[in-house]
Amino acid sequence: MKIFINDKLIHVEEGTTILEAAKLLDIKIPTLCHLHLHDIKFINKQASCRVCVVDVEGYDQLLPACATPCKEGMKVSTDSYRAIQARRTIVELLLSDHPNSCLTCAMNLDCELQQLAHDLGIRRIHYEGETHKEPIDNNSYSIIRDPNKCILCKRCETMCTEIQTVGALTDIGRGFFTTVGSAFNRPMNETTCTFCGQCLAVCPTGALTEVNNIKRVWQAISQDKYVVVQTAPAVRVALGEEFGLPAGTPITGKMVTALKRLGFKQVFDTDFAADLTIMEEATEFVNRVKSGGKLPILTSCCPSWVNFMEQQFPDMLDIPSSCKSPHEMFGALTKSYYCEKTGLKPEDVVVVSIMPCVAKKYESRRAELEGADGHRDVDYVITTRELAIMIKETGINFLDLHDSDFDNPMGESTGAGVIFGASGGVIEATLRTAYHMITGDELADTQMEFQSLRGLKGIKTASVTIMDRVFNIAVAHGLGNARKLLEGIKSGEYEVDAIEIMACPGGCIGGAGQPYHHGNMEILEQRIAGIYSEDRSKHKRRSHQNEYVQLLYRDFLGEPGSEKAIDLLHTHYTPRPRL
Amino acid sequence: MNIKELTQIREQQWWELIKRLNEEPFKYHIGDGEISLKGEEFKLQQRIALRNIGIINPNKIEEYIATGGYFALARALENEPKEVIKTIKDANLRGRGGAGFPAGRKWEAAAYHETDEKYVVCNADEGDPGAYMDRSILEGDPHTVLEGMALCGYAIGASKGYIYVRAEYPKAVASLITAIEQAKAHNLLGNHILGSDFHFDIELRLGAGAFVCGESTALMESIEGKRGMPRNKEFRTTERGLWGKPTVINNVETLANIPPILTKGAQWFKEIGTEKSSGTKVFALVGKVQKPGLVEVPMGMSIYDIVYLIGGGIPKGKKAKAVQTGGPSGGCIPSHLFDTKVDFESLEAVGSIMGSGGMVVMDENDCMVDIAKFFLEFSVDESCGKCTPCRIGNKRLLEILQRLTLGEGEISDLTKLENLSRVICQTSLCGLGQSSPNPVLSTLNYFYDEYKEHAQDKHCRSGVCKALLRYEINDRCVGCTRCVQHCPVDCISGSIRERHYIDATECIHCGECFKNCPVNAIDVF
Repeated sequence: MKIFINDKLIHVEEGTTILEAAKLLDIKIPTLCHLHLHDIKFINKQASCRVCVVDVEGYDQLLPACATPCKEGMKVSTDSYRAIQARRTIVELLLSDHPNSCLTCAMNLDCELQQLAHDLGIRRIHYEGETHKEPIDNNSYSIIRDPNKCILCKRCETMCTEIQTVGALTDIGRGFFTTVGSAFNRPMNETTCTFCGQCLAVCPTGALTEVNNIKRVWQAISQDKYVVVQTAPAVRVALGEEFGLPAGTPITGKMVTALKRLGFKQVFDTDFAADLTIMEEATEFVNRVKSGGKLPILTSCCPSWVNFMEQQFPDMLDIPSSCKSPHEMFGALTKSYYCEKTGLKPEDVVVVSIMPCVAKKYESRRAELEGADGHRDVDYVITTRELAIMIKETGINFLDLHDSDFDNPMGESTGAGVIFGASGGVIEATLRTAYHMITGDELADTQMEFQSLRGLKGIKTASVTIMDRVFNIAVAHGLGNARKLLEGIKSGEYEVDAIEIMACPGGCIGGAGQPYHHGNMEILEQRIAGIYSEDRSKHKRRSHQNEYVQLLYRDFLGEPGSEKAIDLLHTHYTPRPRL
Repeated sequence: MNIKELTQIREQQWWELIKRLNEEPFKYHIGDGEISLKGEEFKLQQRIALRNIGIINPNKIEEYIATGGYFALARALENEPKEVIKTIKDANLRGRGGAGFPAGRKWEAAAYHETDEKYVVCNADEGDPGAYMDRSILEGDPHTVLEGMALCGYAIGASKGYIYVRAEYPKAVASLITAIEQAKAHNLLGNHILGSDFHFDIELRLGAGAFVCGESTALMESIEGKRGMPRNKEFRTTERGLWGKPTVINNVETLANIPPILTKGAQWFKEIGTEKSSGTKVFALVGKVQKPGLVEVPMGMSIYDIVYLIGGGIPKGKKAKAVQTGGPSGGCIPSHLFDTKVDFESLEAVGSIMGSGGMVVMDENDCMVDIAKFFLEFSVDESCGKCTPCRIGNKRLLEILQRLTLGEGEISDLTKLENLSRVICQTSLCGLGQSSPNPVLSTLNYFYDEYKEHAQDKHCRSGVCKALLRYEINDRCVGCTRCVQHCPVDCISGSIRERHYIDATECIHCGECFKNCPVNAIDVF
């Protein structure tokens, strides 16, 4: 059908919205609540903010472009005086009930409302009056909820309920005092929230943000502590975005230099612990296969996923691998192996994790991960965004930094450790090593890239034949897909031997601690590409080939699955059914 | 049950009914097959939707049948469904819930879609302040609503109906429950109705009192068990309504009109009322009027006739100032426009709407700024909070009105009121938001002087806005000190038997001095 937008003719298919048609014509209509993440089937079409209203011939009303389907012969004006004035008024109204604390807001310069006010040239708010004065929920270790900054776009609710199927967030109250909250307005840590943080990854304002741990890290560095830092695989393909580089640009060397400049005594790599995780997990898998144990085995690197399972599938807690997540393994080893090697006292050592994730903040405080003497494997977790702030705060000119290598003995990693950062990576890395453990041979370089387990498809499957036995593998990312997969396993729809699950779209590269993607899913694709190109650039790409991991087993742990390894590197799960 | 048995019940019960009614001959006028209520106020009325109210016993299905009830359904079942739609279309019955959309066209649209399931929904979530038209029908004649729904179900091919009724109407709920049970027992609902292949069931859904749930899509969300918030208007409900299926949603009064139209024919109905607005309309006539109550009049009657001839005029010989129609979504019509005809088009032309039938009469003691504030307070309270213009815009409008009535307004506020009202009307998501500034816009239009006085002179001519009142003691003061004794803030001074004075800077405008002065020595400005 044909329609006219600002007198320009365009042919569109039935069902196309005015907003989509305008995009084809390169006409920008400002939006706020609208968000469409095609790749993960996320669509927030509330048409509630009314910022995208346009003039359509024959209508007294101004219509929301995001949710109005085109009709044959429609004449749309996106820039009429009436439409522009109405948009300005609507943004003014939103601002009239918004704290004007932009300068100190966590979303400063990332806020879509701020950007909108800037683009529309709002200089004065004509309608001022009562504002929200709700208490801020900072009870959890991961997420801060400030209802006063909420503009009720409901992106968080759509994400939490439809994509993640968690349903922790919904609108409560009525009229002017409507806000997004939880059932009975309980704090997030008392809800079904898994702390995946995808709500804050799509929040256009500062209503949902991460708990900030920067100050604690600075304090640890400035005190007489031996502060050790580790960085997750997904951080290195996204940190550059905070300094204007395209997503996926490899900046690992610069990142290490920056961390050294910040004052960390040792800069280690979580990828090392990822290789170690593979050794433990592949051993567990092979043992279960050989001894006829419980299959499928589920990966357990994702704390949000573990939380989801404990709450929603408490009857299936015998399936997941008992492995701690890599950064927790790293923390446990730092305070045992590394201290033993260097003569440091564990109580003098502080472990900081730089993660793409906000759930890791919660994970580091899990009761199950508390050491016998009360110390924690990991002391502080900060996100990729928080690290960027620390770098900027110190005045380091990140782009001009030279490259440095990670410190050893816990900085060496293989390509298998790197791909942990993308959905499908953990299981691919496991297969590379499990193949070796079962057959004694190595998968050829051409065979060890499992393309069907990569990418942004919700549920991915593959079959691998090892010594005449067919292994069915499944990968899910996003908790909604995970639920589908688990229910499919219960019902017998899926018969699989090993499963990888990550709570965030695309895996850790799409984590809630990463630089904001602002709805641009290409950024996730570029980060994924960055991860796999780093894998390919490594000359060792199988975890069991990591010499420092081998050294660790030789000097300290014995062998994979040994008593010491179980004690330090494995954990257990607790059913936590919630309302 | 078949039509023959139905006729038997009718004939037998008719005489029973007459016998009962004859016990109170002064109340009823019994004609040839017709019964009406006696009384001066009923002379100018024509009761179609309310035809049985106050006459039949709502808890006895036999009495409804006696007055011809369920015969429209019985006869319709002998014909094609499209005949029903044709009659309703020809009669030009327009929705009585407010917007006035032609019911026949709605039914036709829903009938057009072929799906496994369709729904008929009765909107009985009456929520306008002071309106109780639907309530009286539900309580007094529930079977007409059931019959209307069954007819709609037959016409569009639906086998399931829902009545969404407020839980605050316990008597209506009880009467509906009884009526549904009786209709099922008589094979007038359920499977194979009257021996035909038509199945139709009705379920009740109780609303929790949110006004916005009267909006059709919010109502459907609520039936589905979700938070009652309007949907985005991407599809008509006749295409995708309840549970995504084609749905006809009609209000109680609309459905009550269906059986008589099918019984007496489209032509009969079309001859009542005006050309574009056929039939009658029920109004809840309230406010400053001698005889308030429910009235049902042919469309096109003037406001004057309703207020003065049926309502008996304004009490205490006061002058009428305006009439507010359409509830919180409607507008105020000033007294000089009282010859406006009450039909969909004429009311809209003067800046108001028909709405569901609230009619509030105001006299010279009513302040129009305060009236606008009252209705807006209601809308602000009842906004669901989904879209920005309604959630925040209405709140800001209300705050401006509050400032005006407290004497804190400025003349520039009047421009703000108008501009903001227009944006809210043009950009809100649902009917509630789109119409909520109507009381403001219509009073601004017709009573601008009153607004200006509030903003500029800090004066309320009706004496309603207490904060704007100025009290002064005149020469009649005898120095009795009664005012001094009653003043809660001690702002009156003066010696005994001498004239007293009020310190205007301390006065809180409570009016105690005025009330207690024995010699009328206190002037109010």
